[in-house]
Amino acid sequence: MTSDTPGGDRSRGLLSRLRRARSRPRGKARRRLGAAVRLLAALTLAGGAYTVFAPGLSAQDTPQLTSAAQEGKALFDTSCVSCHGRNAQGVEGRGPSLIGVGAASVEFQVSTGRMPLTRQEAQAEEKPPVFNADQTTQLSQYVQELGGGPQLPEGDNLHRDGDVAEGGRLFRINCSSCHTFGGGGGALSSGKFAPDIKSADDRQIYAAMLTGPQNMPVFGDNQLRPEQKADIIAYVQQTLAEDRDPGGFNLGRLGPATEGVAIFLVGIVALVFAALWIAGKS
Amino acid sequence: MKRRRFDLAAVPGKAAREVDDRLQVNTPLRSLLNKVFPDHWSFLLGEIALFSFIVLLLTGVYLTLFFEPSLREVTYDGSYRPLQGTHMSAAYATSLDISFDIRGGLVMRQMHHWAALLFMASIIVHMMRIFFTGAFRKPREINWMIGYLLFWVGFLAGFTGYSLPDDGLSGTGLRIASGIMLSIPVIGTWVTSAIFAGEFPGEIIISRFFIAHVLLIPALLVGLISAHLGLVFKQKHTQWPGPGRTNSNVVGERMFPRYALKQGGFFMIVFGVIALLGGLVQINPIWLFGPYEAGVVSAASQPDWYVMFLDGSTRLMPPWEINIPIGDGYVIPPLFWPTVVLPGILTMVPLFYPFIEARLNKDREIHNLLQRPRDVPGRTALGVMAVSFWLVLTLSGANDVIADKFFISLNAMTWAGRIGLIIVPPIAYYVTYRICLGLQQHDREVLAHGVETGIIRRLPNGQFVEVHQPLGRTDEHGHSELEYVGWVVPKKMNRLGALGPAIRGFFYPIEKPAEAPVSPGHPPVEPRPERQEISSGDRR
Repeated sequence: MTSDTPGGDRSRGLLSRLRRARSRPRGKARRRLGAAVRLLAALTLAGGAYTVFAPGLSAQDTPQLTSAAQEGKALFDTSCVSCHGRNAQGVEGRGPSLIGVGAASVEFQVSTGRMPLTRQEAQAEEKPPVFNADQTTQLSQYVQELGGGPQLPEGDNLHRDGDVAEGGRLFRINCSSCHTFGGGGGALSSGKFAPDIKSADDRQIYAAMLTGPQNMPVFGDNQLRPEQKADIIAYVQQTLAEDRDPGGFNLGRLGPATEGVAIFLVGIVALVFAALWIAGKS
Repeated sequence: MKRRRFDLAAVPGKAAREVDDRLQVNTPLRSLLNKVFPDHWSFLLGEIALFSFIVLLLTGVYLTLFFEPSLREVTYDGSYRPLQGTHMSAAYATSLDISFDIRGGLVMRQMHHWAALLFMASIIVHMMRIFFTGAFRKPREINWMIGYLLFWVGFLAGFTGYSLPDDGLSGTGLRIASGIMLSIPVIGTWVTSAIFAGEFPGEIIISRFFIAHVLLIPALLVGLISAHLGLVFKQKHTQWPGPGRTNSNVVGERMFPRYALKQGGFFMIVFGVIALLGGLVQINPIWLFGPYEAGVVSAASQPDWYVMFLDGSTRLMPPWEINIPIGDGYVIPPLFWPTVVLPGILTMVPLFYPFIEARLNKDREIHNLLQRPRDVPGRTALGVMAVSFWLVLTLSGANDVIADKFFISLNAMTWAGRIGLIIVPPIAYYVTYRICLGLQQHDREVLAHGVETGIIRRLPNGQFVEVHQPLGRTDEHGHSELEYVGWVVPKKMNRLGALGPAIRGFFYPIEKPAEAPVSPGHPPVEPRPERQEISSGDRR
């Protein structure tokens, strides 16, 4: 005999069970089944209504991927899945879940070559990117469609309307304590570090601020408004990245440490040789 | 009327006589101009400090013409676009004006800063020369103390100057200085309030530091430098031992003209090196640091190199707080030990080192001859130990930059500094001591056996020995009985007979080496006849 409890017949779907139920005479079992169907319909209706009114919170079991995202999924399943797991749900001890990190994060990590990771260490290193721009977009699209998250604005030049002076002020307050006044990067604890930002492009800087990769704090739109982000990018690109040091060779813009090395290696060495020369003339 | 003949050659003599008739300077000038200075390259290191101080005075005067030492708030409207419209102090705004809007201002500022670094660096190098050669011994202990104080006064000059532009870096340094002062038990808060006229940063600190930096400290420096040079004049310069040099004479060059000309030339070279650095190498880019705001502390904020050892000691100090249960409880912060106690010890012990060493050695003699570092292994090793201690601290002061650029963990750097501070100096002491003994032994060996000739002889029994050229008369065992006189022992055949190299000159020989004499009994050597190519056919 067929079981009416939903768990009894796992191999067949709900519809087939409904069809079968209709073919039998009405009885206790049929009434119970009708109740179950009504309950199911009510639940579906309630769930559907919720989905309609709160679209952002939808969690689809089998999302409909766009074609770009499907391409991205194919790339993901060959290059990323070993650490980030099936459907980017993460693997304990290897890689975090990517659901909800957003396209901005993927674009930053992949376009700077940090992902795919070479090995597990204190922090991912920047290296030549493995994926080209199209592939990066596909991967970003896939992760975006998995669970949403922050996205970058369109365009390559994100600092067109930026105010350099305001950007400098914001940079010194928010960024220089790790990336140094010159943007050359600095050390953090236990082998972690804030990287050199002078080589980054507008989108990478924006993405880094928006998503807070690795040890960087997140500067969401509540902390730094998009126009403030543009100011900061303008300062980085127009003042720091362009090596126009009015004082001459900048010694790596590392502050007094390299200046101290220079005075001994250049000043003292040159003058000791001069002293040897002068004293030797007798 | 017959015109009198004008004798040009007699003019200087006549003029000098006229001057002497009025001022009677002939006798003192003669002894001054004939004063003899010994000549060795290492005696010129102190002059680097003197000459860079002169450059500091010259460039500093230029900077004061345009600098406004005030914390009055202004809005910047100069030509540096990334700071336009920013609120800042007048001190920072005028520093920016000096850098961007005043003709020659940036190169003057950079020369001033490079000259300051060079001043301190040459003081250190000069002091090391004095220490390792024993030049501080009686009667020159006072001059050692003056020189040592000059380092610390220069340190203050550097720190006040570093604070004047009121940029982000100098404000951070000032904040640290106020923290150090606050850490002093009992009087700390009073001292800080007195210096800053209230809470940090107050409104007067830049004006106070300015007057200290441009008047009080330079006056002190000029006074100490004059006393330093006066004592060198009075006590005469030390010299290396060597032929004709004793403890009671000075062998060298007269003050005029050779020594004065050399010094003038050396001044030009020092000036030139500073000017090149100031013009070509950027230092202290204040426009990148921004105006000082309490919330802004950049990574890689370091003091100038001569203060960096204190930064390093602070970074290495474990966070040990001492709680004294008096009243509501009294805390001595860990900052007190590396920044107040350590510099206190570092000031006092070296200051009195000449007396300490004389007392330990029971040495009451007057010493005008220098010692080679290898001949006093204990002192040399102690000095290297101190230098290595200082070096570990200084490197730790920049450990975040080193960690970042050489891909080392910052925590590993800190622990390496803590462990290194304890174990590196004793190792340096031991290694230096052994090297000194080894060098001594080699000198004595050369004096006893002679110079290695490079000629290998095989004895009838098959043994190979190297032939040595004895340096003097030998006894029946082939040993010479030469006394070590504390000066260079020739170690190579081509240095025999001369203390300097056989061919003189720094870049190229200043004189042609003499032609090798041809033995009279030997027929002159004919040049080889020109060979002709054997060809197969007729020549064209």
